[in-house]
Amino acid sequence: MKTIFRFSVLLLLFSHGIWAEGEASPDPVAEKLTALQVGLDTLWVLVAGMLVFFMNAGFALVESGFCQSKNTVNILAKNFIVFAASTFSFYAIGWGIMFGTGSNGYFGSEGLFFLQGADNSPAVGDAYQGTYSSMNWTGVPLEAKFFFQLVFAATAATIVSGAVAERIKFHSFTIFSFILVAVLYPITGHWVWGGGWLAELGFHDFAGSTVVHSVGGWAALSGALVLGPRKGKFLANGHIKPILGHSMTSAALGTLILWLGWFGFNPGSFMGVGDGAGIAHVILTTNISAAMGALASTVTAWIIFKKPDLGMILNGTLAGLVGITAPCAIVSTPSAVIIGTVSGILVVLSVLTFDKLKIDDPVGATSVHLVCGIWGTVAVAIFGSADMPAGVDVPSLVTQLTGILAIGVFTFAISFALWFLLKLAGGIRVSDEEEVMGLDLGEHGAEAYPDFNIRAHG
Amino acid sequence: MKMIIAIIQPHKLEEVKAELTKNEIYRLTVSDVQGYGQQKGKTEVFRGHEYTVNLLRKVRLEIAVNEEFVKPTVDAILKAAKTGEGKIGDGKIFIMPMEEVIRIRTGEKGKNAI
Repeated sequence: MKTIFRFSVLLLLFSHGIWAEGEASPDPVAEKLTALQVGLDTLWVLVAGMLVFFMNAGFALVESGFCQSKNTVNILAKNFIVFAASTFSFYAIGWGIMFGTGSNGYFGSEGLFFLQGADNSPAVGDAYQGTYSSMNWTGVPLEAKFFFQLVFAATAATIVSGAVAERIKFHSFTIFSFILVAVLYPITGHWVWGGGWLAELGFHDFAGSTVVHSVGGWAALSGALVLGPRKGKFLANGHIKPILGHSMTSAALGTLILWLGWFGFNPGSFMGVGDGAGIAHVILTTNISAAMGALASTVTAWIIFKKPDLGMILNGTLAGLVGITAPCAIVSTPSAVIIGTVSGILVVLSVLTFDKLKIDDPVGATSVHLVCGIWGTVAVAIFGSADMPAGVDVPSLVTQLTGILAIGVFTFAISFALWFLLKLAGGIRVSDEEEVMGLDLGEHGAEAYPDFNIRAHG
Repeated sequence: MKMIIAIIQPHKLEEVKAELTKNEIYRLTVSDVQGYGQQKGKTEVFRGHEYTVNLLRKVRLEIAVNEEFVKPTVDAILKAAKTGEGKIGDGKIFIMPMEEVIRIRTGEKGKNAI
């Protein structure tokens, strides 16, 4: 992640060097160049952050499209509230835990609250003096760093929404989202991106197959387990009844938006422009993997179900995107072909396996984000090369597996406990009656498509 | 010949269909309908303002049967459409005499056309 900034670091050192030699007057050209570099980097980080923000629209459409029309208001409301909750949580404390300097390797302990730690961004490297030194490799202002990391944190929380859809109480989901983004996500994030113990170990996850997607996936899986399946999904005679989504148009549009958003998610993770080669390489590995995921899931579904199932094509695209998220900057484009292909096959088999295990995930969130997140993180060790733009040593498979396991056990165990506590504290699942009627009426007293009814107002 | 019309809860349709099939009743017309009875309506909210929707969604079944199938059909619907929680809203079954049935393809009439 750091090599690309050698250019800007050099530029800064260069300007400092001239200043030192020339004693009094700094070189105005070098100063302007540095300012330009910071401006350009900041612009890219913010635009990339906006693209990632737009992924909220993608998630809202995919999830509501894959679910029944009677739960649309609920899913849309959840997708809005989760970003709002994430913004507050991450601003209030999440950022501090994740990127604040910590002495223990497990969580940040300085500059915890409201982004108030000392900071002299955009200074980089040794010139940086402040609380958030784990982010000293990118030469952008603190607020740009925060915004970009915030939209990542919110993505992890949004993943949960789909897996628990059509049966979770609105307030339970909201409380869980606050805690996930305030505490759970930042702690494991600190291990990897905040200079914690996994970073020390050499664990590599460029844009978050594990840090973002698997964490969201583990939290989603624990939620789906504690909640139990939707009524009528797994029948007493052993049959699995498909509960059809109400709008494949929404789901397809949402997936395209997510695909677009990923062009911010992965290349944006350089948090700078560099000489352009790094972000160009990553946008291509990302796109290739998504395309291969779509193709591979199509073929897999065609073989298994005898039809090219659109739902699986969409899941396969997302699988390819999640799979390439960790290795996108450390692998070649031919490797991206393989990573995407494997993701597309894995996701179809995973959806079928979760169904066999009677774990009900209405939108396939655990298959996409957890299973392919793990695969992508493993792929770093298999296909990684030190010559690639990431410019880091390729970690061993053991190192990658250590990270996957540690983050998985931590996130799954605490999430499971949290869901369970919420269940004890008044229940996380709506009543059977409300589930049949739809959460739109039960939770919100409203409908998404009221014009489809013959009605008499009064 | 009788025409059996039943109004049931939408989420009971699958169970009713399965129960009818089990009793060898293979002909069925289904439509989405709305109406109200004892359940009255429900209150909804749009941007802060409450309003009452007094039409509820139901499913309407139409089954044309010969005399000997009246009882099995009614029993199947009763068995499968009842939510069994003593709550109102499970619907009703109406049975009415039917004068004639004509199969369009062959022009057959009466008992054989059902």
